[in-house]
Amino acid sequence: MIVAERARRLYRSMLRIRRVEEALAERYAEQEMRCPMHLCIGQEAVAAGVSAALRPGDLVFSNHRAHGHYLAKGGDLTAMIAELYGLSAGCCGGRGGSMHLIDLDAGFMGATPIVGGTVPLAVGAAWAAALRGTGQVVVVYFGDGCFEEGVMHESLNFAVLHRLPVVFVCENNQFSVYTRLAARQPVRPIHAVAQAHGLRTEHADGNDVETVTSIAEAACGRVRAGEGPQFLEFSVYRWREHCGPNFDDQLGYRDASEVSCGQADCPIQAYRRSLEARGLASADDLTAWEAELAQEIRSAFDMALASPPPLSGSAAGKVYA
Amino acid sequence: MRSLTYAAALREGLEQAMAVDPSVIVIGEGVPDPKAIFGTTAGLIDRFGPQRVFDMPLSENGLTGVCIGAAMCGMRPVMIHQRIDFALLAMDQLVNNAAKWHYMFDGKASVPMVVRTIIGRGWGQGPQHSQGLHGLFAQVPGLKVVAPSTPHDAKGMLLAAIRDPNPVLFVEHRWLHGVADDVPEDSYEVPIGEARVMREGQPDGVTIASLSYATLEALEAAKALSQHLRLEVEVIDLRSVRPLDHACVMRSVCKTGRLLVIDPAFESGGISGELVCRVTHDAFDSLKAAPVRICLPDHPVPTSPHLTEHYYPGPQEIADAVMRLMQLPKTGEGYLGLCHALQRKGRHDVPHRDFSGPF
Repeated sequence: MIVAERARRLYRSMLRIRRVEEALAERYAEQEMRCPMHLCIGQEAVAAGVSAALRPGDLVFSNHRAHGHYLAKGGDLTAMIAELYGLSAGCCGGRGGSMHLIDLDAGFMGATPIVGGTVPLAVGAAWAAALRGTGQVVVVYFGDGCFEEGVMHESLNFAVLHRLPVVFVCENNQFSVYTRLAARQPVRPIHAVAQAHGLRTEHADGNDVETVTSIAEAACGRVRAGEGPQFLEFSVYRWREHCGPNFDDQLGYRDASEVSCGQADCPIQAYRRSLEARGLASADDLTAWEAELAQEIRSAFDMALASPPPLSGSAAGKVYA
Repeated sequence: MRSLTYAAALREGLEQAMAVDPSVIVIGEGVPDPKAIFGTTAGLIDRFGPQRVFDMPLSENGLTGVCIGAAMCGMRPVMIHQRIDFALLAMDQLVNNAAKWHYMFDGKASVPMVVRTIIGRGWGQGPQHSQGLHGLFAQVPGLKVVAPSTPHDAKGMLLAAIRDPNPVLFVEHRWLHGVADDVPEDSYEVPIGEARVMREGQPDGVTIASLSYATLEALEAAKALSQHLRLEVEVIDLRSVRPLDHACVMRSVCKTGRLLVIDPAFESGGISGELVCRVTHDAFDSLKAAPVRICLPDHPVPTSPHLTEHYYPGPQEIADAVMRLMQLPKTGEGYLGLCHALQRKGRHDVPHRDFSGPF
């Protein structure tokens, strides 16, 4: 049954991101992944749902918190882990680390950590797709903080002006590092501003993976039908610290009740209950999936860590194409 | 050979690049308007249509990013700013993305794009419309920066820049657009990163290394020095700011023993200091005198003609610097003849007497 298979895939896509990041968090303390790392634990549903609406040839750009976006689009797990360890098998050969992921074969065009940096690139990729008639849809993920960048609005304007095939996906987790949205933006919805730019917008709970998927599918459908750029805003909650593997609630910048409330709204737990209630996943399925994932992650770490380090002398190369 | 202005040569180069490669697109504020970026984009929209020739929202940073994204996906965008000062709004995209994409993603993608910029001068262009910022951009690994001075090189280097797989900042000078010279009709490339000896000089003399409009002034000074003092200085047009062809300058300094660098940009932290440093380091034993540089003063460019009168050094200052380097006395009939020949004709804030503003 397609619906059942689809639902199971969505669940496994979210679970995979979660388990990979938990493994990364666990091993980060070994001090061998020597790069900043921004985990998306708690925010997996957006990446899984949006990616489910995309075709293999569609393109994705992302930001500093990119693991989920990369994995959900089909980015190579071993290459990502090797990149975090700074090894030659890394997707950037050790030049990027966690904040610079790329897998062109999967249509993952690149993630970078200057807030807003990849938003116009996605619009440019969509412009090229339109000019060349490739039929591709381009997605760019960004956070609520990015909506404060001028380049965001410049990009929205141009995308609407030329009716470009791009879907802007805002993951609103209410925080820019420790600074709340209320300290940064006036009280009005982000998607309303996007709408004023002339985009068709949707907003929803980003913890409900089926809702995310159906909204993203409808948005991509409109893009493919030539209706121009779409703007999707999903509310999510970042469980762990802004940067790093730990929880940081001892800092007191958010209430314990807020955190527990955010974590109670776990997209993966909620969807597991839904699958079980609908008879789409048995206890045996769930156990088997966990075991498969554990095996996949273990062997990805093994393969990544078997990769030799890049030669230090190679750092000066590839400045120019 | 046929003579074309620098602006017409750029237009022809763009048209030839677009004719052979459908991935070349042009965008900039004013590209298809009646003035067509000082004539350099005239007629392109008629020939290639609105699918390849675009006007631009005033979003320099965003649209630079858009061009970078398009360049990654098979297009070859040529973006145009009517003043180089406007490109400062796009520093983030140029420095953080265009310059680094190939490197940081281990060579998996590249950004073949050209950003055309224009240094303004005169008629009150002022603090924000006449900065020589090529050195600022040239500081960034991953960018290429060129500043040709002749119509021939303008066309050939634009064609080379468009076909280059890297981001190239193309720096024009508003006072060069009207200068005419021989330009071949066919499509040709002038390689990026190679300086050109414009005038051979005598051994035990002076090497002048310059770029952009300063090269024209250097050649004027060199001609007067030859005619009136029988001193043959070697003039090198750097043409590229990054990569900088210091080997060419080095070879010349080994012959002449003296170096004068002329850069139409702020003095501190610029390309003039870089070149003097390189030559001093690598050819110290060949130097008969400490290298000298002529740049713009280290303060913003003022607007009023009363304030700009002595702001820009010209051929006279260049000739005087050569004579100081050669320890020649600034006296005698020859020197007076030189001064007379180099005397400015007309007002100082326009490129030629017929110019009646505005830009």
